[in-house]
Amino acid sequence: MKGFLVLRIVAKMLIPYILVFALYVQFHGDYSPGGGFQAGVIAAAAIMLYGLIFGLPSARRLVPDAVVETMVGLGVLIYAGVGLVGLALGGNYLDYFVLARDPVAGQLRGIFWVEIGVAITVSGVMLKIFYMFAGRRRRDDTR
Amino acid sequence: MILAHLPALEVVVPLIAAPLTLVLRRASIAWALTTAACAISFVVALLLAVEVARGGPISYAIGSWAPPWGIEYRVDALSSFMLVLVSGIATVVAPYALRSVATELRGGQGTLLYTMFCLCVAGLLGMSITGDAFNLFVFMEIASLSSYVLIALGRDRRALLASFQYLILGTIGATFFVIGVGLLFLKTGTLNLADMADRLHGESTDRAVRAALAFIVVGMSLKLALFPLHLWLPNAYTYAPSTVTALLAATATKVSVYVLMRFYFDVFGLHLLTRVLPMQDILMGLSILAIVTASLVAVWQTDLKRLFAYSSVAQIGYITLGIALGTREGLTAAIVHLFNHGITKGALFLLLGLVAYYTGRTPISSVRGLARSMPLTTFGITLAGLSLVGVPGTAGFVSKWTLVLAAFEADQWWLGGIVVATSLIAVAYVWRFVEAAYLSAPAVPSPVPRDRPLSMVVPAWILVGACIWFGFDTSYTVDAARRAATLLLEAAQ
Amino acid sequence: MSVLGHYNYWVTVFLMTAGLYIVIARGNLVKKLIGLSIFQTSVYLLYVAPGKVIGGTAPIIAPGYTLYSNPLPHVLILTAIVVGVATLALGLALAVRIHEQYGSIEEDEILAADREAEERA
Repeated sequence: MKGFLVLRIVAKMLIPYILVFALYVQFHGDYSPGGGFQAGVIAAAAIMLYGLIFGLPSARRLVPDAVVETMVGLGVLIYAGVGLVGLALGGNYLDYFVLARDPVAGQLRGIFWVEIGVAITVSGVMLKIFYMFAGRRRRDDTR
Repeated sequence: MILAHLPALEVVVPLIAAPLTLVLRRASIAWALTTAACAISFVVALLLAVEVARGGPISYAIGSWAPPWGIEYRVDALSSFMLVLVSGIATVVAPYALRSVATELRGGQGTLLYTMFCLCVAGLLGMSITGDAFNLFVFMEIASLSSYVLIALGRDRRALLASFQYLILGTIGATFFVIGVGLLFLKTGTLNLADMADRLHGESTDRAVRAALAFIVVGMSLKLALFPLHLWLPNAYTYAPSTVTALLAATATKVSVYVLMRFYFDVFGLHLLTRVLPMQDILMGLSILAIVTASLVAVWQTDLKRLFAYSSVAQIGYITLGIALGTREGLTAAIVHLFNHGITKGALFLLLGLVAYYTGRTPISSVRGLARSMPLTTFGITLAGLSLVGVPGTAGFVSKWTLVLAAFEADQWWLGGIVVATSLIAVAYVWRFVEAAYLSAPAVPSPVPRDRPLSMVVPAWILVGACIWFGFDTSYTVDAARRAATLLLEAAQ
Repeated sequence: MSVLGHYNYWVTVFLMTAGLYIVIARGNLVKKLIGLSIFQTSVYLLYVAPGKVIGGTAPIIAPGYTLYSNPLPHVLILTAIVVGVATLALGLALAVRIHEQYGSIEEDEILAADREAEERA
């Protein structure tokens, strides 16, 4: 992809904004449509765009497979961990009411961390799927 | 404090173990974690069973959102029985994976198997414990998706196609189920099973409710491999790794039967099943067809794993036959057979896995003269086979005896005759193994016995022992099953 | 309520049968998966469409509004969509693996290859 100057420049300009938009969708999800799932997909899309333009190997250097796999597990652990914190603070499993002195604030806090877990896992899974499918075709071509 | 949260821990422990195995990466650590998680679940399930037997059903509100608004975990006699079965089998099978997987999987996929194993167990436990219809669907898909992956891990390339076909049929089944749940939700405005039952009783002849019943029964029949919707099962069981076959054969279809019973009796009630629609008659016809056809097909198989897979289809027929009788004794027989067939098939597939560990594959020709090179394993398979037939002194006898009694009690003498006659067909297919193993000369020089991994031998023999134990001591199985059956029928009135 | 008044159900039923038909009638594994997706999509519609209360507004409590749409079906279907995506991804992954092993994604060709291999063995 050495030749496609326009694509490369545009991609480099776009990717930071896509990532920032992912953060916006993530953290403004309390007040507007959005949340961890959407943010995770958008963030993964930025990396995928990078991979499409600059090649899969450079994307894999940027976000290595080991990181992606850890992200898949880590997000679920954060989600489940929030549930366990609820248990430790004397509530039921996934009880957000007990996370802060004010039950409504507790709900906000619980959702905040859960959504972070969701975002991490979703972007991890999306990247993993992308890597697996894209990597496979490349191997076929060289055969 | 921890005792109050047992229902949540039952599912959460394997659910947390799954991503942990993924993050920690090392196959040996993943194995240890999986085994530990299953063992903890088993202990929790036993504690829950004791608690339920003493103080009646337990209700647990996830996230402290009170039912019927929030998701409720509900443990009663039937679900605690299922929890003990699923977590018990998982605890026995998990250690077995360590050595078995090493020969059956390509390198690097070991960790993945444990992650999926944990997810599958968590899904099955969740299906048994939840009291919320949609949550049940989600857990069902967790269990199903992980079992598709587990089956595809098989060494043979045909495992891929088997897994794909299971994926298609399983997803159709789950989608049918969720359509049924959707119709019930539109009708009642609730997803809590108990609440749904309350609202349905009285106006249960509505067309939407009848459609929902049809969708749910067809969907779950696909999942539990009721004849003629069993087409995914033989291939999936044959080509999956032995560990996986043992786990799925002993638990997955059983939990689907449990879900069918839940909806049948708790939600829809007997009035709809017998008066409005001839559901019980249809189920009885299909069960008899399943028993006769699948048993006959099993006799002609050339691969042992496939032979016992068809036998599974037939045995599921006995379970649904008990449900179709619709009496207390019939249901008791169904629930007892759930358990007894689970441990019998678990033992069989674990022992076959041991055979495959030495011979590579499991066509009948490969076990010729097996009694000489592996006398104990051969003896174990024969014992489990006798339990499959229903010889007195084995677990299989107890459930078939209960079933025959139930048929007599319901004045359906001919059903008892069918059960006995089809047991003779079971003798025929078990005999094929016995003949090859004991009476044939070894075709090839008997394989040089490699090491005998204790982690494989011990789990298999625990289950064989259980087949014998529950053949003599029926105090747990039959009593718990009768309590569960009584509860179901009270709800169904 | 006229027949046309239930048009969302008609669309649901059409998608359901069309999807199921594709799954059954097509031998191509990818086409089967497409059919399966359409089939699942019909369920999304079955749930979501009745959740809209005519004249109701988004279910956020605000002064001046008394009638709200039902948000629960949307939440349920969000979960179902994720399940559908996972199923589709897994199905496609299996199709890719099958193609690598058999060199085809036509069901009859794969079965023929299996039969041939069995006869040779």
